[in-house]
Amino acid sequence: MNDKVVRRRRAVLAVLVLFSLFLLTAYFGESSGGSLHSVQRGAMEVFAPIQEGANRALKPFRDLFGWFGDTLDAKEDKERLEAERNALRKQVAEVTIENRQLRQIEGLQEQNIERGLDDYQPVQARVIARSPSTWFQSFQINKGTSDGVRVDQPVVNDAGLVGKVKEVSDGNAVVMLLTDPDFGVSAQALESGEPGSVGPAVGDAGDLRFELVPNAKEVRRGERIVTAGTSMSARVSDLSSLYPRAILIGTVSRIETGEGELDRVIHVEPVADLRSLDLVEVLTQPDADVRAQAP
Amino acid sequence: MTVTPRAAGRLALLGLLGGIFQLTTVSQVAIFGVPADLSPLLVASVGFLSGSISGAVFGFSLGLFVDTVLLQTLGVNSLVLTTVGYGAGRVRELRDPAHTLAPVIVGAAATALAAVGFSLLQFLLGVDAPVSLELLRAILMTIVLNTLLALPVYAVCRRVLLPYLPDDPRRRRRRAYTTGGLSPLSRA
Repeated sequence: MNDKVVRRRRAVLAVLVLFSLFLLTAYFGESSGGSLHSVQRGAMEVFAPIQEGANRALKPFRDLFGWFGDTLDAKEDKERLEAERNALRKQVAEVTIENRQLRQIEGLQEQNIERGLDDYQPVQARVIARSPSTWFQSFQINKGTSDGVRVDQPVVNDAGLVGKVKEVSDGNAVVMLLTDPDFGVSAQALESGEPGSVGPAVGDAGDLRFELVPNAKEVRRGERIVTAGTSMSARVSDLSSLYPRAILIGTVSRIETGEGELDRVIHVEPVADLRSLDLVEVLTQPDADVRAQAP
Repeated sequence: MTVTPRAAGRLALLGLLGGIFQLTTVSQVAIFGVPADLSPLLVASVGFLSGSISGAVFGFSLGLFVDTVLLQTLGVNSLVLTTVGYGAGRVRELRDPAHTLAPVIVGAAATALAAVGFSLLQFLLGVDAPVSLELLRAILMTIVLNTLLALPVYAVCRRVLLPYLPDDPRRRRRRAYTTGGLSPLSRA
């Protein structure tokens, strides 16, 4: 009895496998117009309407399952796209910084050529630390005495005057900004030629004042203010506070008129963006032109 | 299982509806980038429930139906699914596993056998498809998906064939404990 069942089982399997192999062989052997292909096409014609009906009827199920699949795919896509976005943001930031630095270097080089700052032995330096206050009054650069940097030497960027060296060590220096309360520089209005002194506006860290101007009424709004390049001292050896001539400090942003001539207050907006300084130059020979003219 | 005309009718209906559901719905929904394949699960479940002969015949028929409707090479799916149905039936006949998760393991193994067998046959027939990591990934993902679907598919098949099943393993075990039969513990 048991042998009969086993034989029957094996026979069924053998028949089915052989029939499958026969179908395979026959299907491969015949052309596309053969009998098996024709039967297949006929069956497809029969089942096509059923499939179409089922396709429509089962669309809600498909959409439901599709929603799960789409959600999973979307989550995967989201993670991948977020990673790509972060990488691109990082890349953009790096390129932006690089671009800005290149523009600054280009500006500094143009300035050196056009305004003749090469004569003052400029030393390029990178800002490595800043005061954390909103309007930081000083910052640190990566050049020091070993590079020829000394106290009181003027510091410029591609726009104009930034400040002066306040303290210096072997490899670093601290620069005092134009807006520091202790800062002051003899200046001149470029168009009207009026001399004066530029210093910080007390109580307004981003503002400068053009003071001690003999004919203040001659100064106009929008006029450029540059360094005068003069010193109170007549001796060449006592020129430590001297700034080179005609370095742009800022433009007259506002003029407050009072009752008298002495009440006139001239506000100057620094031309250098003191909030975003990356590259600066220290003019290590600020008195080079004065020395050249000395007898 | 004794295959009566009614049982055969139910099996035919199960295969037809299962095949259409596979072709019209399941094949069109990709999860993890691949669609599930209900065919080996249906065949394995039928073989596991009703024995090797029924499983082999059901597998052959479903394979022939799929090949015919999809205008594929006749005999490929038939050969693969015949093997799957026969194998699942033999597992039942030789081991008679009563564990609840046995259908899951059988379903996963059936899917793996079907996927690998189908790929091998395609290569033997000269289909120009490179063996790549993508293909292996697709096969693995199909196995994972089918493993998740194995239990529901088995439950549906069992419900359809329940009147014709003489001794379902779980029912037999339950009956043994509730009608005075010795439990494995008391025998020890």
